[in-house]
Amino acid sequence: MRWIWIDKFVEFHSGQSAVAVKNVTLAEEHLHDHFPGFPVMPESLMIESMAQTSGILVGEARNFKEKVILAKIRKAVFFDYVRPGDTIKIDAKIESITPEAASTTGRITCGDKLIAEIDLMFSHIDQNLAGKEFPKENFVFTGMFESLLRDVLIAGAGQKSEQDR
Amino acid sequence: MAVSRDKIFQQVQGVLVDALGVDDNEVTPQATLMGDLGAESIDFLDIVFRLEKTFGIKIPREELFPAESLMNNPQLVSNGKLTKAGLAELRNRIPHTDIAAFENDPDINKLGNLFTVNAIVNYVERKLNAA
Repeated sequence: MRWIWIDKFVEFHSGQSAVAVKNVTLAEEHLHDHFPGFPVMPESLMIESMAQTSGILVGEARNFKEKVILAKIRKAVFFDYVRPGDTIKIDAKIESITPEAASTTGRITCGDKLIAEIDLMFSHIDQNLAGKEFPKENFVFTGMFESLLRDVLIAGAGQKSEQDR
Repeated sequence: MAVSRDKIFQQVQGVLVDALGVDDNEVTPQATLMGDLGAESIDFLDIVFRLEKTFGIKIPREELFPAESLMNNPQLVSNGKLTKAGLAELRNRIPHTDIAAFENDPDINKLGNLFTVNAIVNYVERKLNAA
């Protein structure tokens, strides 16, 4: 079962930007160790939530034909804590996208508070420069991610790609 | 409007400091991206994106850092070294870089050492002056 660190998409503009939300709950076991008596969402998981939001945005931009994987964290700056009971909003934008890679910028907010600024870089591994070959089936985008997207599109809060890119 | 080479160098320095997490003083004109500054393949892509954004130019794939099309062509590479044709092609592709030293031992594994900070500054200067 894949690790999923976003609960739903609330906005989705194909090829441009997306907004997802995540509810942080004390039912997440790691919070009891991070830290005992002071549960806060680990920064690494915040980066993961941004990677998932941005990764789906980048993947959908090419109709999930590419295997999009996180290649580099260009910037990750944190300004405040996220606690159980918080709902964080993960806002991702595509900065540029080429056949080999994509770069994204993003912010995480909780209500009015800015929590983090996270810029990422993704690689389309089938287009890698070293000529390495990967299994044909797309092991990156499984059913879970596609259903997240389906829900925001049905709700009308998003626009899908108009054509095959 | 011509931009001074110094200004270009400063901006390229900024890009490399951001992309590679190195200090200003490590980014000297002769510093090699892979050897001295620790750049890896994914960093090259990041650098291209950032240069495009900083200078408002378009950098077609392989124009700044040619690699794939050279390495995979059997006429240009033989026994891990660039052939005469390979060297000619290289000179053609990267006029912004001095390959004299590389020609003595054109080992493709050492291709990365050609990419110096100076080479990037040269490339940007040409692009901006051509615009």
